Amino acid sequence: MPAGLSAALRLADMSLAQVRQRLRSDGLWLRLPPFVVHVRSEIPVVAQGLHLLYANHECLDGATQGFADFHVSVNARRRWFRPLCSFEMDGFRPFTPLAYGEAYAFLEWGLNWCVTSYCHTLLTIHSAVLEKNGRVLLMPAPPGSGKSTLCAALMFNGWRLLSDEMALLEPGSGLVVPAPRPVSLKNRSIEVVRQRWPQAVLGPVAKDTMKGTVAHVRASTESLSRAHERALPAWLVFPKYQAGESLTVQPHAKPDALVQLASNSFNQHVHGRRGFEALAALVDRCDCHDLCYGDLDQALAWFDALELPS
Amino acid sequence: MDLLQRALRQPQQWPAMSLAEWDLVVRQARHADLLARLAATARACGRADALPSSVRLHADSALMIAQRQHKELVHEVDQIRRALAPVGVPVVLLKGAAYVLQGLQAAQGRLVSDVDILVPRERLADVESALMISGWVSTHRDAYDQHYYRTWMHELPPLKHMSRGTALDVHHAILPPTTRLRPDSADLLSATIAVGGHEDVRTLSHLDMVLHSAAHLFHESELPMGLRGLVDLDALLGEFSAEPGFWDALLARAQRLRLEPSLAMALRYTARLLGTPVPPDANERLALRLREQGLTPRWGLMDALYGRALLPPHSSTADAWTPLAHGLLYLRGHWLRMPPGLLARHLLRKALLSPLARRSEG
Repeated sequence: MPAGLSAALRLADMSLAQVRQRLRSDGLWLRLPPFVVHVRSEIPVVAQGLHLLYANHECLDGATQGFADFHVSVNARRRWFRPLCSFEMDGFRPFTPLAYGEAYAFLEWGLNWCVTSYCHTLLTIHSAVLEKNGRVLLMPAPPGSGKSTLCAALMFNGWRLLSDEMALLEPGSGLVVPAPRPVSLKNRSIEVVRQRWPQAVLGPVAKDTMKGTVAHVRASTESLSRAHERALPAWLVFPKYQAGESLTVQPHAKPDALVQLASNSFNQHVHGRRGFEALAALVDRCDCHDLCYGDLDQALAWFDALELPS
Repeated sequence: MDLLQRALRQPQQWPAMSLAEWDLVVRQARHADLLARLAATARACGRADALPSSVRLHADSALMIAQRQHKELVHEVDQIRRALAPVGVPVVLLKGAAYVLQGLQAAQGRLVSDVDILVPRERLADVESALMISGWVSTHRDAYDQHYYRTWMHELPPLKHMSRGTALDVHHAILPPTTRLRPDSADLLSATIAVGGHEDVRTLSHLDMVLHSAAHLFHESELPMGLRGLVDLDALLGEFSAEPGFWDALLARAQRLRLEPSLAMALRYTARLLGTPVPPDANERLALRLREQGLTPRWGLMDALYGRALLPPHSSTADAWTPLAHGLLYLRGHWLRMPPGLLARHLLRKALLSPLARRSEG
């Protein structure tokens, strides 16, 4: 068993049947660093997804644990003609119901919503976050930029995953806090990952969602076992995938990088000036690049060759 | 005292609370809009370290939102002031915005989502035009809603600023015109106090702030923010009661503004649910005044209803009677503001209030 996880009960130590039974009754208490989440669901695909994708995550005893940061559930809303499901966080239902088949993805989206809505002691930025050699790479990117494939690829290539969606930045120290969870993949990238890394553990596939076809791949065990290790950012990269293009790298002017970062931040406005200054400090600390690529291997090689900022 | 109320009022008990209790406190507080207040309380009494770190994450996050709102609120009030300057009407702030601008205890951790102002009824048309020129638009465009607000209510249909998206409620009275016992707005407006150095940004006087808060809370038909209203009252009373002659002045003012029943309810429930210290003498004099006027509330019934409605609106605090309590208070709120149709009263009493009254008094 990987170091750091030996004493605790992992979700994989329970059978799928046990997981389902718990989800339908008292719920599952999971440590999703840096949070503790209490999940309930009657929907089978949610149990399957959790059992597979959070296999290495620590499962806690609710009675001993006592406090959960988020109490969430995904339950059926309508069972006949186009069944629906709904995400709920302690009586709040922030989203309109989605198709029943999307229940697992709904849980993942819902968990992201919980963090961005209620966690403001950290600055949250829409970005993929990975670490190598003690320094962090941030990739803020709009949907369709190929960020999720790149994120999964880097993880399989030895980078530690901190998050595929959300950078959690401590405003004072400038350190990024890890929150490794399953990497979400869309459309083509699901096939790319399946082909290229057959050992990757893929969760339930949801078709015809708002984002197309969606699936998740389990975070690497190393990413999870080192989830307590915060690190300083060193690289800010804006990726863009363009089929057939050869690799092009340009420096990204820091003032604009700051603007981009701020516009990708979920709660910079809550932090006001302090938040802006924290983002400025981050940009200052990093080498900023625009990366245009058509070949994943070329991109991976470029990332591997990245040097620390001077 | 219930869990959340204890957490807010007795920080010395925090070290003894279990994580499971804290879990419920955070959830109830979030639903009651009091999570930021918990953080503010921790800072004010220097006990932030006594909160578990996981609780601090949630409470501090809520406080950051509140603090951000306060900054934006100050800016917004200035925009309203500028908009009304040409028509010479001062901005008289009510409720949350007033507490924040005056830097009161009640503003600590208080979320304020919109601004409420009070203007003289005869200046309403000028105020409305001035606001519209500066970019506020009416939100209820429906002809029926417009008519309802303008004829029956004490406020314009809510306004929203075109570019900033901020909400503004313009009141000409603090209770609907059809309310049987209501204060004279001119009286309230003549007693207003200035904010900081500005003569044209004002709030109600301290006494009137307390009475308005009480009237607002105990005339409402819907009470999701009921506990928060009570916490406001407790903070206002706590801060102002130190002023010499406060209680005598409060009772006299309540009499003049015809708000004695609301004050009686306020003092009763802040004392019972939050432990607010109220001099027994004040309670007795108020009770006597109400008896003289035949206005003594049916305490058995009111306790059963408000005892439930003033709890945090969370599934963990509800019991089998909670929906009924909310339903009856909904009716009560309407009854207080509807024209006193004898038939309506008669029907309400016979069909709904009596069985519950018999049960609680029996």
